[in-house]
Amino acid sequence: MTAVNLTHEPIEGEHFHVTSATTGDVWEIVVGLEVHCELATATKLFCSCPNHFGSEPNTNVCPVCLGLPGSLPVLNHQVVELAMRLGRALRCSVEPSVFARKNYFYPDMPKDYQVSQFDRPINVDGWLDLPDGTRVGVERAHIEEDTGKNTHAGGSGRIHGAQYSLVDYNRAGVPLVEIVGRPHIRHPDQAKAYVDELRAILLATGASDAKMEEGSLRVDANVSVRRVGDTALGTRCEVKNLNSLRSLGRAIEYEARRQVDLLETGERVKQETRHWDEGAGRTRPGRSKEEAEDYRYFQEPDLVPLVPGPEWIAAVDAAMPELPAARRARLAETAGVTPAEAAIAVSRDLDGLAAAAIGAGGDPGRVLTHVEHDLAVDGAGNLDPIHLAALVGLELDGKLTATQAKAVLAEMVATGEHPEAIAQASGFEAMDTSTLEGVLDEIVTGCPDEWVGYCEGDDKRRAKLQGFFVGKVMKATKGRADGKVVTALLEQRRVAAV
Amino acid sequence: MTSVPATAVAIAAAVRAGEVSAREVLDAHLAVIDERETDVHAFNLVLADEARAATTEVDRRVAAGEDPGPLAGVPVALKDNLCTRGIPTTCSSRILDGWRPPYDATVVSRVVAAGGIVVGKTNLDEFAMGSSTENSAFGPTRNPRDLDRVPGGSSGGSAAAVAAGFAPLSLGSDTGGSIRQPAALCGVVGVKPTYGLVSRYGLMAFASSLDQIGPFSTTVADSALLLEAIGGHDPRDSTSIAEPLAALTSVLDRGVAGLRVGLVSELMGEGIAPDVLARVHAAAAALAAAGAEIGEVSVPAASYGLSAYYLIAPAEASSNLARYDGVRFGLRVDAPTTAEMNEATRTAGFGDEVKRRIMLGTYALSAGYYDAYYGQALKVRTLIVRDFAAAYERFDLLLAPTSPTTAFRFGAKTADPLSMYLNDVCTIPSNLAGHPAMSVPFGPGADGLPVGVQLLAPALGEATMFRAAAVVEAAAPALTEVAR
Repeated sequence: MTAVNLTHEPIEGEHFHVTSATTGDVWEIVVGLEVHCELATATKLFCSCPNHFGSEPNTNVCPVCLGLPGSLPVLNHQVVELAMRLGRALRCSVEPSVFARKNYFYPDMPKDYQVSQFDRPINVDGWLDLPDGTRVGVERAHIEEDTGKNTHAGGSGRIHGAQYSLVDYNRAGVPLVEIVGRPHIRHPDQAKAYVDELRAILLATGASDAKMEEGSLRVDANVSVRRVGDTALGTRCEVKNLNSLRSLGRAIEYEARRQVDLLETGERVKQETRHWDEGAGRTRPGRSKEEAEDYRYFQEPDLVPLVPGPEWIAAVDAAMPELPAARRARLAETAGVTPAEAAIAVSRDLDGLAAAAIGAGGDPGRVLTHVEHDLAVDGAGNLDPIHLAALVGLELDGKLTATQAKAVLAEMVATGEHPEAIAQASGFEAMDTSTLEGVLDEIVTGCPDEWVGYCEGDDKRRAKLQGFFVGKVMKATKGRADGKVVTALLEQRRVAAV
Repeated sequence: MTSVPATAVAIAAAVRAGEVSAREVLDAHLAVIDERETDVHAFNLVLADEARAATTEVDRRVAAGEDPGPLAGVPVALKDNLCTRGIPTTCSSRILDGWRPPYDATVVSRVVAAGGIVVGKTNLDEFAMGSSTENSAFGPTRNPRDLDRVPGGSSGGSAAAVAAGFAPLSLGSDTGGSIRQPAALCGVVGVKPTYGLVSRYGLMAFASSLDQIGPFSTTVADSALLLEAIGGHDPRDSTSIAEPLAALTSVLDRGVAGLRVGLVSELMGEGIAPDVLARVHAAAAALAAAGAEIGEVSVPAASYGLSAYYLIAPAEASSNLARYDGVRFGLRVDAPTTAEMNEATRTAGFGDEVKRRIMLGTYALSAGYYDAYYGQALKVRTLIVRDFAAAYERFDLLLAPTSPTTAFRFGAKTADPLSMYLNDVCTIPSNLAGHPAMSVPFGPGADGLPVGVQLLAPALGEATMFRAAAVVEAAAPALTEVAR
């Protein structure tokens, strides 16, 4: 294998392109994501064991999820409900579905087959809109069971060379939905945005707690490259072990560059599973298998076809909460911004507050700045939107500086009081112009050389000294002066002086 | 000692009436076991102590004026692929060495709840794969009618236990004929109910879409009694039928007047011994004499049943038996890596027939072969359902042989698996269709050994089937005493 050449330069823009350092060819990344998420049910997929993360090993187990001889699966109604909620949120159609067995041997899989949905999944053919307006197709979102978890002791900590292995079956039989996205993603940031958006939908629908760090949301990326203008898809690699959004973005970028290098040196991309090594910042091929896996799928005879009635589907639709994309669009319209600009407020679940504050007369730009940056998500709930609008009004009227407004906002969250009362109590009442003039008189008198420099120096020197004088005023007023007002007063004086 | 009645119906009535104690009933049967079990080897395990403890409870309830239930004090033998809590359950395989299930199969709970007394776990072909009980890891069961001959299989132990008088009732499982064929060969009644009528929870699976638990008994009424006790919806089995169980014991005397009974042409010709065919025709005549209309009917796809079965059943088995990997329970043969441990365990733990079927099934499901084998077999299954449906437009019940021959000698068919598979040719179509069928003894064949005739019914047609079975039973000639 050739060494990976990382000299390719990315081109900024909507699509992430890689330009070859040697040929000048421009390559396009094509990514499709497969996301596994654990459903937030009370009990497991086929038995009544608790679906709970973090219990003592092998305490949430029974004959069914241990796959003991003679045990049989019974489908959990709540799994179907949550899977349909997610599917409908992804604009999928809910179809009659069947469960299948995926056969392979692995110690963490009690029955040595995984019950999944193969050729007839419950949710098919939907989509997901990213905040940037990209529509990413969703091929399917099907139900399957999770496996247990192996711990390899001794040796390298990997299965090879381990002295022994321990298996915890608490996770075995936990319900999963696998969301198979179409290869419509063209940029590492889009991949991250897709997962973010999916997570928001999972949370909004209550389908999952979607925690990547606890493994309740797991992402695999199918990555391929092709020359810009080509329509056929290149050979893809499936990248696994992506434990964070950061890993996802880095891995896609690395993998794309690796593949471009291979193709440009006349080699072929081998279709394989690769593992992301976060420490080394590279992907590595998975364990090579002598033959391709043959999972020998066939219909699970212990379960009957799953055919949710139209009434059930209609009830799911009727109970659907407003989804992030709709909330972004709504806030964007209220605030007069683009949906992408409304994204943070929605992702912080503060879009309702923002819209109400804007409705109460608050300046949209200042309101959005506060909900995006200045408010902690926890505790913002008891903030009165009318108070937020009033705060923004005080800022715009020059009665509070930006710094003061932040401090007042924190007090508003803590006490629920009106911003004017807080500002007054904190001595934050903006200084009137005559007081400021007095302060300036003293400072200018005390710094004659700097004042001459300010009045007669070139633009660069004047800019520097402007900062000097504003700083002096701020210090003298303990930050109560409005920087913009001070600048204006300085400029008035200079013009008058020359 | 008070005399113990012979049938389950009579025993339960006597125990409930306080005329005989459950303990007396049990002791009488344990005495027969003591006398003949060494010869017959029907059991993998006799649960004498546990059974005595259970009779104490039944007798206490009778003394207290309570009703222990419809199986009060009736000894019941269980095929050793039915899970029993804390009691070894082996499937007659080495691979389950030392394993004790932590739970009871639903049928076991229901037998106990109905006042039945579990007397032991009966021998079977390993994982219910076989037609002679010669594939048991613990040695074969012998036919109580002739100890030189096989009892049939795979539920050979359960059939032999009833035929030998070890218990008036036993439970078996029937995937392709594993209740009906040994019932025929041992001269007892054996019933495969409609798929889904009896919960499979706790039955160690062979082929999940075909497996069904059912009763053995010496009389038709006794099987009806046991089926009523174990049947009906179980929320732990997703394939369990939701509708309540139809009454059986109360309809047995209704006769067959006006019922249309069809002889299945495809199962009445090639490969069936002439003396067996003669018995089936005699049974048809008996039904006609009781007022039934007899005709002939073709079920064309039934001819392909055997081929389809030997793809579908092994395919499911290859998946069902994957869990016996040495990781969690049963036998483990240590080796340096997990994969080598799996292989060593399975090599040591499974017998030849089980390995043969796992390989057959794995092959049938493999990429590139699925359509030609498993996929094709599913189509045949659909055709069989369709052809049966057509037959049941014209007939209420069908009649056929159960087994092509009477009981054969040990080793007669072990060298040639195909000839052994042919034993199931008449029983397999009902499993593929999910329909009920039962074998009723109808006198001796040319060799003096029992012949069973098979009654087949459409799904949930048990009541009609049992009515006809009672008529056949009443007309059955006595089995002449055969040399042991």
